[in-house]
Amino acid sequence: MNYKMHILVCGGTGCRASASAQIITRLEECLRDKNLEDEVQVIATGCFGFCEKGPIVKIMPDNTFYVQVKPDDAEEIVNEHIIKGRKVERLLYKDPERKVAVSDSKHMGFYKKQLRIALRNCGFIDPENIEEYIARDGYSALAKCLTEMKPEEVIAEIKLSGLRGRGGAGFPTGMKWEFASKYQADQKYVVCNADEGDPGAFMDRSIMEGDPHSIIEAMAICGYSIGATKGLVYIRAEYPLAIHRLQVAIKQAKEFGLLGENIFGTGFHFDIEIRYGAGAFVCGEETALIHSMEGQRGEPTMKPPFPAEAGYLNRPTNVNNVETLANIPVIITRGANWFNKIGTERSKGTKVFALAGKINNVGLIEVPMGTTLREVIYEIGGGIKNGKKFKAVQTGGPSGGCLTEKHLDVPIDFDNLLASGSMMGSGGMIVMDEDDCMVSVAKFYLDFTVEESCGKCTPCRVGNKRLYEILDKITQGKGTMEDLDTLQNLSQVIKDTALCGLGQTSPNPVLSTLNNFYDEYVAHIRDHKCPAGKCKALLSFHIDPELCIGCGLCARNCPVDAIVGERKSPHFIDTSKCIKCGTCIEKCKFKAISTR
Amino acid sequence: MTQIKLSKCKIDQLVALCDEHGNQPGELINILHKAQELFGYLPREVQEVIARQLNIPVSKVYGVVTFYSFFSMTPKGEHPISVCMGTACYVRGAEKVLDEFKRLLNINVGETTPDGKFSLTSLRCVGACGLAPVVLIGEKVYGRVVPGDVEKILQEFQ
Repeated sequence: MNYKMHILVCGGTGCRASASAQIITRLEECLRDKNLEDEVQVIATGCFGFCEKGPIVKIMPDNTFYVQVKPDDAEEIVNEHIIKGRKVERLLYKDPERKVAVSDSKHMGFYKKQLRIALRNCGFIDPENIEEYIARDGYSALAKCLTEMKPEEVIAEIKLSGLRGRGGAGFPTGMKWEFASKYQADQKYVVCNADEGDPGAFMDRSIMEGDPHSIIEAMAICGYSIGATKGLVYIRAEYPLAIHRLQVAIKQAKEFGLLGENIFGTGFHFDIEIRYGAGAFVCGEETALIHSMEGQRGEPTMKPPFPAEAGYLNRPTNVNNVETLANIPVIITRGANWFNKIGTERSKGTKVFALAGKINNVGLIEVPMGTTLREVIYEIGGGIKNGKKFKAVQTGGPSGGCLTEKHLDVPIDFDNLLASGSMMGSGGMIVMDEDDCMVSVAKFYLDFTVEESCGKCTPCRVGNKRLYEILDKITQGKGTMEDLDTLQNLSQVIKDTALCGLGQTSPNPVLSTLNNFYDEYVAHIRDHKCPAGKCKALLSFHIDPELCIGCGLCARNCPVDAIVGERKSPHFIDTSKCIKCGTCIEKCKFKAISTR
Repeated sequence: MTQIKLSKCKIDQLVALCDEHGNQPGELINILHKAQELFGYLPREVQEVIARQLNIPVSKVYGVVTFYSFFSMTPKGEHPISVCMGTACYVRGAEKVLDEFKRLLNINVGETTPDGKFSLTSLRCVGACGLAPVVLIGEKVYGRVVPGDVEKILQEFQ
């Protein structure tokens, strides 16, 4: 059918949480009422990335980008935009600086500096329709590999591209493929690591939800290169939508003869199965992941042997992360020499980051390697929320560290982040402001690590627990200066002796906050003060009688009735009842309540 | 052998489930996923049946069930509440929201109210970071939740 117009509605998890499925239903109803269902098609796409302003609706071909759309807006979009050709002004994005409406995403600060390679199809195509993927050169890379290139030529191309693993460690992908190709076995495996466990990172999920065929195509290319005919996707059970889209995509690829027997008539066979994770962060480590796929506890084992030699069922196995794979088809079609012109000397291409926390534009972004943190936070991210002061940005999740003001102009790549005391990790980027306590943040990550440690090796199982206890003591105001030395020494021991990547990196949040925010630790210990006002044990709430007008709003909202006072006269907080929840501070219109 | 308290028909379903997966120990995690869908949780009796069918020790099944956070040995409440404690939600105040749920329901994380109505868990990132802090009750997603909203949210389910 030839449609004249398309309405693209974000069908990613974030926008679906804000009723994007109902928007689609309402749009379709409105189009049917006006007999336009044969001329205008509504498509549920993958993530557009601009989650802060979701749900997003985009009208093609005129490229109008509507933000924060509600199901009730459907009628106006159809009546005004589709029928009368007039843009619905109130739903357009308002540029916060110039205060003007911007209708084309290309001119928005959020998108200007982005370069979308791994996310190239997210938000453009219907992920549940293979023909849309094919229309955007989908499966042409696989065709090129199978019909024009030898397996070793494909590996050489990937090596030349300089692509490094996007899952965390940044190992060169081409080399990994080459290792796996060298071992002989009756069966080899290609594994896609879709066990995205880093809290606050959701790029892998968005790629699988928005462009599942790119993963299938890349896995088949990898299979051809290393001599594997079986692929396995290890995906978190917590990602129902991504699982569904992947299942649909695998089925369609089989129907089109792009998976299965004798692909493109070349005699190459390749099949993909899905394996489900069950919620264990350590399963992102490749040996742990392989054990989990075998139905066991996901505990890591010593390397060597590397999975390339003895992986799944003891056969040579190549494990790549979702984002890494999403880059493969483009590298083949556009060439390694196009890809390796993007980025920095030792980190080629782009990186997807999940930008979140105290930032104006929360979302999924993709930028060339070498972009600075300042550009990401202030230009793309639109700066800090509510005009607060930037304090730190945490990269690399529980394995990474906190970077500060002085790191803002560091070009982001694998080596620079490592040198600055953090790491790339999977690409979580959490921005923190003056109200965030760095000791609490370190404690938060250690709490995560303690819970997720598999318990196999002592440094990680016991050491992290001890780190957590010391941090907890400090946040209670009971720490000593010796504790700071213990933190430092114990962290180093854990890093040096833990069995796998989880333990070896788990003290990073402690070390980086100690390095960059030593004074804040000291304030907790010596002065019994939490400068950010986060650590409850060190706070007490007070009402300034000069500023309080006695409106009673705080008392009405206090969940434990700890605030007393006559109407129109200053109120008081009964500190024995107060649970320090902070509701009164949020509610007070006269800034009369503060913490000491 | 322990007395099995499950109904005969449920046991038959479970046995059939193991058969579908060829009673292969390598399929244990897939079987546990399906079994949890069937029963809502994985009590001891269910683990014993699976161990018998797959011809592996119960300790191995138990080891796997307790290793992964997705598997639960206690039944969830009628309305399972999950508060996202991913980093993005944490820095936007998820801890206070979780505290408020704990206070109002008078239960801790991992527990169910005595009337079986609500259970409370924290989870790591649902990926709706733009809506942080996020709370899930059943399938329903609540975004940008502040402690003051909690009472109202709970009232929807009373």
